[in-house]
Amino acid sequence: MGGFRVLESFRGRDVISILDFTRRELEELFEVADEAWKLARARPLRGRILALAFFEPSTRTRMSFESAMKRLGGETLLVAGEEAISVAKGENLADTVRMLDAYSDAIVIRHRFEGAALYAAEIAESPVINAGDGRQHHPTQAMLDLYTITKLFGGVDGLTIGVLGDLRYGRAAASFLLGLTLFKPRMVYLISPPQLRPRRELLDELKSRGLRFQEAELADVLEELDILYVTRIQRERFPDPSEYEKVRGSYRVTLDMLERQAKRELKVLHPLPRVDEIDYRVDGSRFQAYFTQARLGVPLRMALLMGVLGGEA
Amino acid sequence: MEEGLLVRRIREGTVVDHIPPGRAIAVLKVLGLWPPRPNGHRIAVVFNAESRKMGRKDIVKVEGYHVGEAESRAIALVAPTATINVIRNGVVERKWKAEPPEEVEGLLSCPNPTCISRKPGEPIKPRMRLRSREPLEYRCVYCGTPVRGGDVERYLTV
Repeated sequence: MGGFRVLESFRGRDVISILDFTRRELEELFEVADEAWKLARARPLRGRILALAFFEPSTRTRMSFESAMKRLGGETLLVAGEEAISVAKGENLADTVRMLDAYSDAIVIRHRFEGAALYAAEIAESPVINAGDGRQHHPTQAMLDLYTITKLFGGVDGLTIGVLGDLRYGRAAASFLLGLTLFKPRMVYLISPPQLRPRRELLDELKSRGLRFQEAELADVLEELDILYVTRIQRERFPDPSEYEKVRGSYRVTLDMLERQAKRELKVLHPLPRVDEIDYRVDGSRFQAYFTQARLGVPLRMALLMGVLGGEA
Repeated sequence: MEEGLLVRRIREGTVVDHIPPGRAIAVLKVLGLWPPRPNGHRIAVVFNAESRKMGRKDIVKVEGYHVGEAESRAIALVAPTATINVIRNGVVERKWKAEPPEEVEGLLSCPNPTCISRKPGEPIKPRMRLRSREPLEYRCVYCGTPVRGGDVERYLTV
């Protein structure tokens, strides 16, 4: 079998933040993702083991990594839920990571503490992929969001993008916004209830990276948008549950609203799971792109795993 | 020196001058000299001395203790205007202005309670990187949470 090498610059690398990558690297990643199914036929990751360490609940991200690894011929080791592992017996994260490092070729980690993935990467010799650390980063979600937009619109540059929802606690929205700074969208509108406005650090970062953005109301900008990226309110990250009650249900995208005001070509994205932010009637409409987005998570993660694990056949 | 009226000159040691008023104890804390130990260094602290440049200032003199470059950076965290005078044989051997360190490890804790550096039982030291000198701002390497200006003292681990 002829050998192939993909994504030389990804090999052995940790994936902690979307900002660890350049635009060119992401575009190369997307090109490989386009070929992922073809490349998978050779089972390039046969004999390799990916540890999935999910200290926080996850179905989509975990299963999409698992599916991606298996499609490439590799195996997965799953540790899920704090109770399932020795953490419940008092083992610290550092020791768990050392153990996983010994048992696998790369570690995917999700943890409710911000910075957990970076910490794991400092400890492990194998590459560590961040699948969500608290409210901070979710780089592979941002990669697949940008990949989806590239598939739908041929690129990200020049688009007008609305990001709606919990911009304060949502790591998917934060990573998506940071990812957008690597491209040149025409304008990015930040749309959130006042309590869920982005933290100042994030706004500072977007500003210092030269992203064109402004805060807005959905009704004022909907007709301009090419993309409406909707996120769920991150109930589990509210320091105070009564604060959550004040904002729950405070925004909702309906089919009527879209038909009345949006461009015909508008696409609605959502990292999922959704609660009630998007009316189910949008699902069958031309605006829906969130299921497409979820499906593209597998080839995107296949490309990433081939890159990081240095897939050769 | 005005404070000469209160405290005699030292022959060996360090004078930390131009400390913002009220920060002298914080300076001693970062030097590991607070609280003072019996049989420890002889230390003179002047609060609210007159200063032409600053109006008021604090001054710390430590006998028999020569502050080094790394320690002076720690001093800058709590006293950004401070000048360090190292004295040997009764003369000022070296005088410099404290500059805040690019990165501090273990000296500043992260304000974010869900930062991995705050998780009990982990062998991890908080790490903060300098984001801005004026106004002073550090950001946690792990979670990006900022510590700004006057808050720095609150999060000192010493």
